[in-house]
Amino acid sequence: MIPLALLGAMTSLQTIVLGLIALVAIIAALGVVLHRNPVVQGLFLVLNLLAIAGLYALLGAYFFAVIQVLVYAGAVMVLIIFVIMLLNLQPAARGGSGLTPVFFAFVLGLALVSLLVRAGRSFAPPEAALAEGFGSVAQMGSSLFMGYFYPFEVISLALVAAMAGAILFAKRDLEG
Amino acid sequence: MDFDFMPLIVAVVKVSVVVGALFGGVSIMTWVERRGSAIMQLRRGPNRVGPFGLFQPIADGLKFFFKEDILPPFVHKPTFIMAPAIALVCAMLAFAVIPFGGSLNFEFFDEAIPLVIADVDGGVLLLMAAAGMGVYGIMLAGWSSNNKFSQLGGLRAASQVISYELALGLGVISVLVLAGSMRLVEIVQMQEQFLHWNIFRAPLGFLVLMVAGFAETNRLPFDLPEAESELVGGYHTEYSSMKFSMFFMAEYIAMITSSALLVTLYLGGYSIPPRVVELFGLQGNLLAFAQMGVFVAKLACFLWFFVWIRWSLPRFRFDQLMQIGWKSLIPLGFLQVIASALFVILKPEWF
Amino acid sequence: MGQTAYSLLVLLAVAVATPVGILAASHFLGPSRRKRVTDLTPYECGSKPFTNARGRFSIKFYLVAMLFIIFDIEAVFLFPWAVELKNQATSGAGLFVFFEMMVFIGILIVAFAYVWGRGALDWDR
Repeated sequence: MIPLALLGAMTSLQTIVLGLIALVAIIAALGVVLHRNPVVQGLFLVLNLLAIAGLYALLGAYFFAVIQVLVYAGAVMVLIIFVIMLLNLQPAARGGSGLTPVFFAFVLGLALVSLLVRAGRSFAPPEAALAEGFGSVAQMGSSLFMGYFYPFEVISLALVAAMAGAILFAKRDLEG
Repeated sequence: MDFDFMPLIVAVVKVSVVVGALFGGVSIMTWVERRGSAIMQLRRGPNRVGPFGLFQPIADGLKFFFKEDILPPFVHKPTFIMAPAIALVCAMLAFAVIPFGGSLNFEFFDEAIPLVIADVDGGVLLLMAAAGMGVYGIMLAGWSSNNKFSQLGGLRAASQVISYELALGLGVISVLVLAGSMRLVEIVQMQEQFLHWNIFRAPLGFLVLMVAGFAETNRLPFDLPEAESELVGGYHTEYSSMKFSMFFMAEYIAMITSSALLVTLYLGGYSIPPRVVELFGLQGNLLAFAQMGVFVAKLACFLWFFVWIRWSLPRFRFDQLMQIGWKSLIPLGFLQVIASALFVILKPEWF
Repeated sequence: MGQTAYSLLVLLAVAVATPVGILAASHFLGPSRRKRVTDLTPYECGSKPFTNARGRFSIKFYLVAMLFIIFDIEAVFLFPWAVELKNQATSGAGLFVFFEMMVFIGILIVAFAYVWGRGALDWDR
């Protein structure tokens, strides 16, 4: 198996850490799906995102790992949990949702699994070691700012759209 | 198996010393806070336990342990118990990237031992990420308590912390632009000369970071989340015993960390000007210990400043708080970032 | 794995163990009395709670969280930019990187001014 070959290339402590993080990620993901209190589900999602950040860090992408924590776990999830808390969502009743969601969940799950299998087949372990400074902030910066001028500027437009959207949603309350 | 235990042992010793120092600092700070406020209000403060009441924090800690740990029946239990733990864990992790000295060398270990837990590439970001996760402790405490005062305190705390996190970020970036690096060790080394301290190069950034530091740690004048005159105890109204005390430990550790961040980014950190080093003939491990002393001294001054402010200023109103964060600090922060950037481009030889 | 990784892992372990230890110690050391009535209701300064704590709150809390995400993402781009700017300033492309970010910030500042003008930042309205 290819993933095992990849594991063999790592030192033993890294393997243990990888296993632990993967376990946490899987348990957290299950928690998101199976728990019935929305706030707790949100917390499981935070835990899952943290575990993914840990995986990034193990892969040497330290900048992405920290950004994952800062933006996803620290900002986006704060908003989501805020909304859940304030909407006062009640724990979902068991088995009240009918067959349609189950059907869609099944189809989407199948699609995801087939995608993962295909990705796993075409995966080849990297031949050369990562270059010095890979994943560092400086390396990120130079490739982002020297190579992607237009995409970078477009991001600001997306952010502006998000800001305008937020204002429009809150508009009635602001004027009332 | 041929496993080298030496680095692990060094790591364990280093972490124990730092964590011990943090908790020691917390207990000393509770004493300083009470004695300091007493001085300012012409009272005596705690003076019975030990000389000058110095053992008061130990007595308080023991008392907390032996108090009834009430778990009210109306709370959401798992999150109610987890909330103070999250706050404390995040506060402890945030200190990891703060360098408190150069490096030590010993004969029994063939590597230099840097006096920082983690000197990593994205150092400052790691601190901000860990501190940012602390919001969940407060939010959850407010929500799980199922109490109106707690809920409102938690909400206020969350919106306050996230609002000022932006200002904090801009205050940090003002320095990063000048330093061209995120490693706190490099930022300290850049400020070896007294006149190279970043406070002189980016004064607005210092102001923004300092105010944001007060707000992030929920210290007066920004202690609205626990404003006792309107919210009873705020998010920890329903907490008792050590769970209550853990929020306080987290707050004091956060205070130490944000003071340490300010000292490191703007006030030269642990560095000693080369001329002074030469004057006293400091070198090797002696130099490292002197640097630690300098760092702790600067930190102590700043912590006293925190206490001083707390007992001198009144509390802000919530609308004033939001106004200061969004309408003053963020524009000022942007101004400083742009100014710093212009300096770096137009006068690169200065840096 | 060097000292840094070990130290981080050890710190993580210690940081998790500390509150767990404290919670356990406090649970076993503290007395547990029979529950009093005052322990059984949310604390509201002695008066009986008249509504549930799960009420509705001002939409401004959402708005602040939303604006926070947007500016947080912007800050995320500022971090590598800050590091890169100095590298490029010594190699001559400093002005390009500088103006690249100024355009980015400029667009956002216009939006910020709009948010400000709409009164989304005023809490006393």
